[in-house]
Amino acid sequence: MSTVIIILVVVALLAIGATVATVVVRRRRPALVAPPPVAPLPEVLVPEEAPRPELRDEPAMRARLGASRGVFDRLRGLGAGDVGEDDLATVEEVLLRSDVGLATTEAVLDSLRRDGAPEGVATAVRGVLRASLDRPRDVVEVADEGRVAVWLFVGVNGVGKTTTIGKLARREGERGHRVVIAAGDTFRAAAADQLALWADRTGADLVRAHEGADPGSVVHDAVGRAAARGADLVFADTAGRRANSSNLLDELAKVRRVADRGPGQVLETLLVLDATTGQNALSQAREFLAAAQVSGIVLTKLDGTARGGVVVAIERELGIPVKFVGVGEGVDDLLPFDPDEFVDALLRA
Amino acid sequence: MFDALTDRFERLSASLRSRGRLSEADLDEALRDVRSALIEADVELSVVRAFLDAVRDRLRGQALSQSLTPGQQVIKAVHAQLIDILGGSALKITYAPRPPTVVLLAGLQGAGKTTTAAKLARWFAQQGRHPMLVAADLQRPAAVEQLRVLGASIGVDVFSEPTTPVEVARRGLETAQRIGRDVVIVDTAGRLAVDEALMDEVAQVSAAIAPHYTFLVIDAVTGQDAVHTARAFHDRLELTGLIVTKLDYDARGGAVLSARGVVGRPVVFAATGEKIEDFDLFHPDRMASRILGMGDALTLIEQAERAMDPEVVAESAGRLMSGTFTLDDFLAQLNQVRKMGSLGGLMRLMPGMTKEMRTAASSIDERQLGQVEAIIRSMTPRERREPALIDGSRRARIARGSGTTVPAVNQLLKQFTEMRKMMRSMGSGGLPPQMGRMAQLAARARPQDLPPGFEALADATRPAPSAPAPRGARGKKKKGGRVTPPKGR
Ligand SMILES: Nc1nc2c(ncn2[C@@H]2O[C@H](COP(=O)(O)OP(=O)(O)OP(=O)(O)O)[C@@H](O)[C@H]2O)c(=O)[nH]1
Ligand SMILES: Nc1nc2c(ncn2[C@@H]2O[C@H](COP(=O)(O)OP(=O)(O)O)[C@@H](O)[C@H]2O)c(=O)[nH]1
Ligand SMILES: [Mg+2]
Ligand SMILES: [Mg+2]
Repeated sequence: MSTVIIILVVVALLAIGATVATVVVRRRRPALVAPPPVAPLPEVLVPEEAPRPELRDEPAMRARLGASRGVFDRLRGLGAGDVGEDDLATVEEVLLRSDVGLATTEAVLDSLRRDGAPEGVATAVRGVLRASLDRPRDVVEVADEGRVAVWLFVGVNGVGKTTTIGKLARREGERGHRVVIAAGDTFRAAAADQLALWADRTGADLVRAHEGADPGSVVHDAVGRAAARGADLVFADTAGRRANSSNLLDELAKVRRVADRGPGQVLETLLVLDATTGQNALSQAREFLAAAQVSGIVLTKLDGTARGGVVVAIERELGIPVKFVGVGEGVDDLLPFDPDEFVDALLRA
Repeated sequence: MFDALTDRFERLSASLRSRGRLSEADLDEALRDVRSALIEADVELSVVRAFLDAVRDRLRGQALSQSLTPGQQVIKAVHAQLIDILGGSALKITYAPRPPTVVLLAGLQGAGKTTTAAKLARWFAQQGRHPMLVAADLQRPAAVEQLRVLGASIGVDVFSEPTTPVEVARRGLETAQRIGRDVVIVDTAGRLAVDEALMDEVAQVSAAIAPHYTFLVIDAVTGQDAVHTARAFHDRLELTGLIVTKLDYDARGGAVLSARGVVGRPVVFAATGEKIEDFDLFHPDRMASRILGMGDALTLIEQAERAMDPEVVAESAGRLMSGTFTLDDFLAQLNQVRKMGSLGGLMRLMPGMTKEMRTAASSIDERQLGQVEAIIRSMTPRERREPALIDGSRRARIARGSGTTVPAVNQLLKQFTEMRKMMRSMGSGGLPPQMGRMAQLAARARPQDLPPGFEALADATRPAPSAPAPRGARGKKKKGGRVTPPKGR
C-alpha cells in the first residue's frame, strides 16, 4: 500500500511540477524580450508604509463567554428527582466544556434520564462519572529477581514526558529507588540537555547519546548501566510523536521490545497526556495503547483552567487508568491521581 | 485534521432530502449534525452556538437552489461561515518602516513556540529578510540550547544571556539593530493563562520591545480551553494573530475556530510537522475547502513551486509522458518531493483523495521513502534504465543490498511498471485525473487567489495560446535558499 501511495504522490506532484516548469519556461522567454519595468512585490511584501492591522474586538462573543461560565454554578443548584430537559442541557454543557466528549456525555445523560437524580443532579452526575473511574491504578516498581524495572514514557509532542520523568525521578528516589534515566529522545533539539538538568536536580543517573542516535540502543545502554551499578529503576524518555504515523509508532514498539530484553523488564508504559488536549487525546490513547501496550496515563498541566475530562472517555472506552497528574513545572508538582477530587474538579465552577 | 468534519458533512449531504425550500425541520436536523460535528472537532461551545446561529441566518427561508442538493446547500452555507470565522483572507505581513520588525511569540507550555520561532526565521529568510532569534525562555531546562541548535541548522543567529526575559528581549533587540538584522523573533517560555506572575512577565517583555506582531502559538489538538487561553493572552498582549501548530496530527482542529472566534484576530501561519519546512502562511479559504473535503490544491502547488527544480522536473516530465521514464527519473522526483515536506502532509492537500488514501498517506514517513531510495540505489544503472531486466536473482541481490526484502522490491517494481504503463497510455494528451480535478478547482477559484503557476494548470486542460502574464513574484520568494534540517524524520 505505501509504495502505491509514494508512487502516486510522486507522479501527481511530478505533473504539478511539470506544469509549473512549463510556466516558468514560458514566462522566462517573453521576459528576455521585454523585461517588466519593475518587478511587482511578492504577495507578502506589501509597501512598507502599509498601516498595521487594526484591532477589532468581538463584544458579542465576549458576552457569551462570560455567561457560559455560570453553567457550572447552575449545575450545583439543580434539585433532586426527575431530570427535565433544561437540567439535561445544563449537564450536557458542563460535561462538554470539560472536554468529556459527546459519547460519554450522552451516556451520562441517558443514565440520568433512566435513573433520575434522587439525591440531586450534581450528585447523580458525579456518581456516573466516578463509576467509570473505578479501577486499580497502582504502579509497579519492583522487577523480577535479577532484573531491572523499566518505565517507558510515551506521548505526542510537547505534552510533558521529559518533565514528568524529572518529577518521578524525584518521587521514586525519595521512595528509596535508584533511578537511571535514558535520554531516548534523540530527535528533538537539545532534548538530552533538558533531561540532563532534571537528572542534576534529582540526583538520577543519565545515559545519553548524540542527536540522531538510535533510541533503542540508548535505552539498552541505560538498562545495562543500571544493572552494572545496582540501580533498580530505569526511566526511558522517548521523542514526541504524532499518533497517526504507523512508522513512528513502530519505532516506539521497537524501543519497548529492546527495553524488555535482557535484564530489562518493562513494568510501566506511561502515556503522557496534556490536559488542554481535546478529543484527539482519545485517538492518541488508542494508537499508543496498540503500539506500546500503555499501562497508565499521566495527565499533565492540570494546574491551568483545562479540566482534562477526556480521560473519563479514555478510561471508559479503553480502560487505561490515569496514575499521576502534573500540576506545575516544578520537580514536586506531581500527584497520584485521585478520582474523587478529579470528578469534583470537573464539575466545579 | 478536519477530516472528521468533512466526513460528517458528506454524510449530511446524503441524508438530507427535501423539496422546494429548506424547511425548519430540515434545518434543525442538518444543524444538529453540524453541531455534533463541531463539538467532536473540539470547537468551543459558545463558538459553536454563534456559528450555528450565523449558518441558520444564512439559510433561513432560502429558496432551494436548482443546482444544489439541500445537503450541498447547507454545506455551502457552512463553508461560507467557516471562511468568515477563519479570517476571510490571509493577513499580509508588512514590515516596519524602521527595521527591525519585531515578532513576539507566546503561548502555553509545549504549544510549539520554539520550533515555530525557527520556522518563522526560515520563512522570513526566504522572503529575503535577515532575521535574528532571541531566546527569552529562561525557564524551561535547555530551552535556549534548543533554539540555538535550531538556529544553527538554518543559519540564523540566536541571542540570549542568563539574565531575565525582559532584559534578554531588550538587549536582543538592541543587538539586532546594531548588527543590522531586519526581523527579530522573540521566543518566550510557555505559560498558563492563570499564572498571573508569568502573564505579567510576558506583558513586560512585550512592553519592553513593542512588538509589531504578537502571535499566540496554539496547538491544533487543544480542547475547550482554547478560548480561555486565547482570551487571556489577547487581554494582556493584544495579539496580532494566531499561529496554529501540529496540523499534521489527525486532530480535527476545532481549537482554530474557537481561538479565532474569541479574539477576532486571524490565523496567520500554520505548522504541519516537526521539520523546519513544515510551515507556511495559513489560508482560511483553503482551509475551509479542506474542511469540506475539497483538498488544498493551491498550497500544494505553491509548495511544489518553491521546492522543485523546474529543469529537473521538466526533463523527467517529458520522459514520463513519452513513456521513457526511468527509475533514475523516479529517484530524482522522489528527492524533489522530499524537499517539499512530509508525504502525509502533501497527500492531505491533494484533492480527490479518498479517506483511505489520506489515512494511508499520513502513516508514511521519511523512513519508507528512504527504503524506496535504498532499493533503487542498489540497482545497477542499467537496471534502473531497464527494470524489465531485473529477474529473481537480481531481486534477491537488490533486497540484500538495500537491507529490504524481496517482496518490497517486487512491489516497487510492479507499481513502477504499472505507473509507467498508465502514463504512456495517456500519451501526450492531458494530465492525470488528479490534476484534472485540480485544474477544475483552479478554474473555479477567484482569480486574485491564484498563485502564479496555478493558471497554467487551468491552461493545461483547456489549451489556450495566451501565455500567462509574468507576475515576477516567484523570483524573490526563492531568495534566501532552502535549508535542510539537521536530519530527516
Ligand atoms: N508534529 C508536530 N510537532 C511539532 C509541531 N510544532 C512543534 N512540534 C513539536 O512539539 C514539541 C514542543 O515544541 P516546542 O517548540 O519545544 O514547544 P514550546 O511551546 O517552545 O514548548 P515550551 O518551551 O516547553 O513551552 C517538540 O517536540 C516539537 O518538535 C508541529 O507542527 N507538528
Ligand atoms: N504548567 C505545567 N507545565 C508543564 C507540566 N508538565 C510539563 N510542563 C511543561 O510543558 C512543556 C513541555 O514539556 P516537556 O517535558 O518538554 O514535554 P515532552 O516534549 O513531552 O518531553 C515544558 O515547558 C514543561 O515545563 C505541568 O504539569 N504543568
Ligand atoms: Mg521531551
Ligand atoms: Mg520553547
